[in-house]
Amino acid sequence: MSEVLVLVDHVDGEIKKVSFELLAAARRIGEPSAVVVGAPGTAAKLKESLAQHGAAKVYVAESDTAADELVTPKVGVLALLVASASPAAVLVSATLEGKEVAGRLAVRIDSGLLTDAVDVAADGSVTQSIFGGAFTVKSQSTTGVPVISVRPGAVEAEQVDGAAAEETVEVPSTSAPAKIVSREPVVGGDRPELAEASVVVSGGRGVGSAESFEVVEKLADALGGAVGASRAAVDSGYYPHQFQVGQTGKTVSPQLYIALGISGAIQHRAGMQTSKTIVAVNKDSEAPIFEISDFGVVGDLFKVAPQLTEEVAKRKG
Amino acid sequence: MNIVVLVKQVPDTWSERKLTDGDHTLDREAADAILDEINERALTEALRLKQELGGEITAVCMGPERSTDAIRKALSMEADKAVHLSDEALRGSCAVQTAKALAKVIGTLDSVDLVIAGNEATDGRTGAIPAMLAELLGIAQLTHASKVTVDGGTVTIERETDEGKATVQAALPAVVSVTEKICEPKYPSFKGIMAAKKKPIAKLTLADAGIDAGEVGIANALSKVVEAAPKPPRSGGQRVTDEGDGGVKIAEYLIAQKLV
Repeated sequence: MSEVLVLVDHVDGEIKKVSFELLAAARRIGEPSAVVVGAPGTAAKLKESLAQHGAAKVYVAESDTAADELVTPKVGVLALLVASASPAAVLVSATLEGKEVAGRLAVRIDSGLLTDAVDVAADGSVTQSIFGGAFTVKSQSTTGVPVISVRPGAVEAEQVDGAAAEETVEVPSTSAPAKIVSREPVVGGDRPELAEASVVVSGGRGVGSAESFEVVEKLADALGGAVGASRAAVDSGYYPHQFQVGQTGKTVSPQLYIALGISGAIQHRAGMQTSKTIVAVNKDSEAPIFEISDFGVVGDLFKVAPQLTEEVAKRKG
Repeated sequence: MNIVVLVKQVPDTWSERKLTDGDHTLDREAADAILDEINERALTEALRLKQELGGEITAVCMGPERSTDAIRKALSMEADKAVHLSDEALRGSCAVQTAKALAKVIGTLDSVDLVIAGNEATDGRTGAIPAMLAELLGIAQLTHASKVTVDGGTVTIERETDEGKATVQAALPAVVSVTEKICEPKYPSFKGIMAAKKKPIAKLTLADAGIDAGEVGIANALSKVVEAAPKPPRSGGQRVTDEGDGGVKIAEYLIAQKLV
């Protein structure tokens, strides 16, 4: 069976959930090989969880530059492995950085680039949801090894044993590198990352002010979810830009998306329409968000959301 | 400081966007066409750098004839000149082909110090063209910038991603892509709009840019769409009016769905 390369996403020795989803997607195509690119000592921390999610091999590409240069070390390592292992496909997460790694790799190995897949088939073809979810398309690579970025949350992770046999790979040096000179981690507290969260609670213009976003945060915390915001809320200065969900913000695909005071303009729907279950609270019974909601409440979010927060807290004890 | 700003004409996200029935390419007639907003921000940032460091701004566009409208908008926002790669043979090009074609066009320009682009177009949302261009041009990639500074031969950006902020540095020349946070787009002035009418747009065909027709277009694409269908609209589910128990009703629904 052919190998399928999976680029592992990790931060500070912690693996991202999307990596397990990629391993599950890879198992449909062939035998998953996890590729860990990072500072020395990274792979040792990740190996056990990779083994528990079906990684047959773990390629370890570690060096100081691997962690301190943007994108290119990952591209270099994957390109070397494509040449040596002749994989059936390469899978990366469709994050901002993952999409860039995929794009550069596709150029370097002269192969088809399939971006932001919401499903992956055994033959390496993919399903994509485009124009903000208005169209579903199936695409395939026509040349070389398909380079596929997969939307976090789109494929379910699976617990399955893998041998996780280690193999060391060199990190090739980069011409024209971009050096990361300092880092400032996200100050999101204990909340999960937007793209990774299985529950997202978002607030819109209806929230009315930055202070009132607390009502959104409290519900998110009760559900163990991430907080998002519509562009209207971000533009009004209610919530920081990095939490914007929509056409020009993040695209999320959680199990549960709760929209509070969001009208559901097409730009917002573009970023959340592939959520599995959508719940909306809005004063305006004509708000378009209700057209795509599985459960909607016409009412005041400042009454409904705190009550829901309390009910959830009660249930969770 | 010679700056290239990439501009793209896209269907307005407020219009209904469609694919054509036959070959699943973008149906350009179906929606209003506009200059992608993120390009306006890229251009505004280029103007700021030009003011600080001098030099010239060239807007580079690949797209069908009608993209001229988007290019004029860029010129009215005070780009100095424009280059438009337009050729029927480019139709349906994939991301890899597009990046290669843009790299060739940039290669026809003299001494480019900086290429500035939006981080992601609103139509294709590949989000990788700037990175792919850096790969092809063999220069550094400084992408997803919320702040750009140029000091001598060094560019420094603040990069914002899911992991947080990072300060990233590279030597010129480089490709920079900007996020929505970079700046507010400049409005074209009346003077700018009038001046734009007289500014040069160099039209390039494939041959002018030194691109082989066998490398571009839908027939030679490295990836292809094999099936496309409008998504059946998500049917609205239950809706209730809050009568003091809206939160409880949602909780009951979530429990029934095993979501809490």
